Amino acid sequence: MSFMQRIIDFFSRKSTVTKGGGDKAISKQKAGGKMTARERIAALLDEGSFHEYDLFVEHKCQDFGMGDKELAADGVVTGSGTIAGRPVCIYAQDFTVAGGSLGLMHARKITKVMDHAIKMGVPIIGINDSGGARIQEGVNSLAGYGEIFYRNTLASGVVPQISVILGPCAGGAVYSPALTDFVFVVDQISKMFITGPEVVKTVLGEEISMEDLGGARVQAETAGNAHFFANSELECFEQIRTLVGFLPDNSRNKPAIIEQKRPKASYKIEELIPKDSKIPFDVRDIVRAIVDDSEFFEVQELFAPNAIIGFGRINGETVGIIGNQALFLAGVLDIDASDKIARFIRFCDAFNIPLLTLMDIPGYLPGSDQEHNGVIRHGAKVLYAYSEASVPKITVILRKAYGGGYIAMCSHHLRADFVFAWPTAEIAVMGPEGAANIIFRSEIMAADNPEEMRKLKVKEYTDKFANPYVAASSGYVDAVITPEETRAAIAHALQLTRNKQEARPDRKHGVPPF
Amino acid sequence: MSEQQFCEIALEGGTYETRLTKKFTQRKPYEKDDPRVIKALIPGVIAEIDTQVGKAVKKGDTLMILEAMKMLNRIKAPQDGTVKAIGVAGGDKVTKGQVLIEIE
Repeated sequence: MSFMQRIIDFFSRKSTVTKGGGDKAISKQKAGGKMTARERIAALLDEGSFHEYDLFVEHKCQDFGMGDKELAADGVVTGSGTIAGRPVCIYAQDFTVAGGSLGLMHARKITKVMDHAIKMGVPIIGINDSGGARIQEGVNSLAGYGEIFYRNTLASGVVPQISVILGPCAGGAVYSPALTDFVFVVDQISKMFITGPEVVKTVLGEEISMEDLGGARVQAETAGNAHFFANSELECFEQIRTLVGFLPDNSRNKPAIIEQKRPKASYKIEELIPKDSKIPFDVRDIVRAIVDDSEFFEVQELFAPNAIIGFGRINGETVGIIGNQALFLAGVLDIDASDKIARFIRFCDAFNIPLLTLMDIPGYLPGSDQEHNGVIRHGAKVLYAYSEASVPKITVILRKAYGGGYIAMCSHHLRADFVFAWPTAEIAVMGPEGAANIIFRSEIMAADNPEEMRKLKVKEYTDKFANPYVAASSGYVDAVITPEETRAAIAHALQLTRNKQEARPDRKHGVPPF
Repeated sequence: MSEQQFCEIALEGGTYETRLTKKFTQRKPYEKDDPRVIKALIPGVIAEIDTQVGKAVKKGDTLMILEAMKMLNRIKAPQDGTVKAIGVAGGDKVTKGQVLIEIE
């Protein structure tokens, strides 16, 4: 073969493989409103930045007539590229090739690019669109999944791991996304479940659609497995690019500090708090009044809305923000909110992102469903995660700070580096009504007019304890500040804690209440 | 946003104006277990009934067999007593939680 022939031969081979499953399969993929694997990568990464590896990998299966079957790139596209100029590793399963089914070589391509990401210290993004295990390959296909899960665990807390569900992701396959840091779903396109609707029907007699069992909305709103919900694949890619912008490349680095901006003038912090402490406000507005350009990038917006988590910047520096949201369930901690908060804290701690906690908590959610489903062990995760975190921890007590909830939401006692409280803060064992009913029970019962006496005692308790000064008198609050001073106080605290070092007892690892 | 959108929630320390979540409003109220009422733990088919109304039973006696997940599950008496009612017949398809038998 002449040089020219070799070049022509190469392009011919390449073009065959990059066609994936061929025209028919591709038009079927598009008819379902989905992009192809290569289109997705091109749309997500910086234009023209993608470099593909292992294009010519082939499966080795000889059984069940697989010997003479060619599967382009073995059904997965792998490589690296950049997002806003920063390198990332990426893979995308190609549903047009044998339904994106996972065989041994398919899995090896994925684990190879994962190993690459870990070694190079760059984020890894996985786009899932697969019918599941390639049955013909038997246990080798299961081995492939196992190798991926093992690497997800190795990479955890080393490089940011992002999973994008753009098609089915069922059975054991769901555990790779579940082990990663952030899961992105798209309405009507993403489907995740351990067992599908057919099995559910056979075993339990329950009729449920795929969408209702494990569609994007269910995963983002009810199950909490997904962190970001989008209406289109392009919107989803925009979300991923925004997220990556807040993160460092790996756990050895800090997120980049970008040019600082003032919050938008339309968010006037002093006007956002209602006069009556029983009327809720949107804590996200407080966040927007504090962070650069009023830009708050919320994580798990639809799940457990009684707590909010997300990223913002203060003086150009990425901050992980956690807040109690009085708008929903009065901002209580419950099982879902605890899980949501605890996981986020651990992510931020692993990737050197300071934690800002906005406290407005009336306590925990009462009820048999909460108790029986383990609110004790789930709630304990929040205490563990905050105590364990060694990144800068800054807490602002906005209003309510009652009982166990006060301790849990990054109080001085769990080693917050700075606890600020607004003059509206109420730091006490419980709300004035509950407390007065207990402390003054006999006096209230003995009174000629118990209701009058109750009101009197509630007022007495409120005047004495529903303020920040009792806690401040013991040094549990470092400074009482006005809402207007909040941003400056946090910015200074971040500056001061930048080189924070905190020694921990030597151990293999802790045993959090998973 | 207007205050009309809010409803009240009572917590340990007082009541608050807020919104409720779907999960909260759909939570199941607690029901105390009645050991005298035996319910199907799994959907399936009643393969056979080994007792009848009015019959005295001892704790551990097999009362019926529920075929589910390709297994023959023996439904046993949780305590001594008399069969008060049988809610199903042989060959019936039952759903999860359906009452099978009552003992008094």
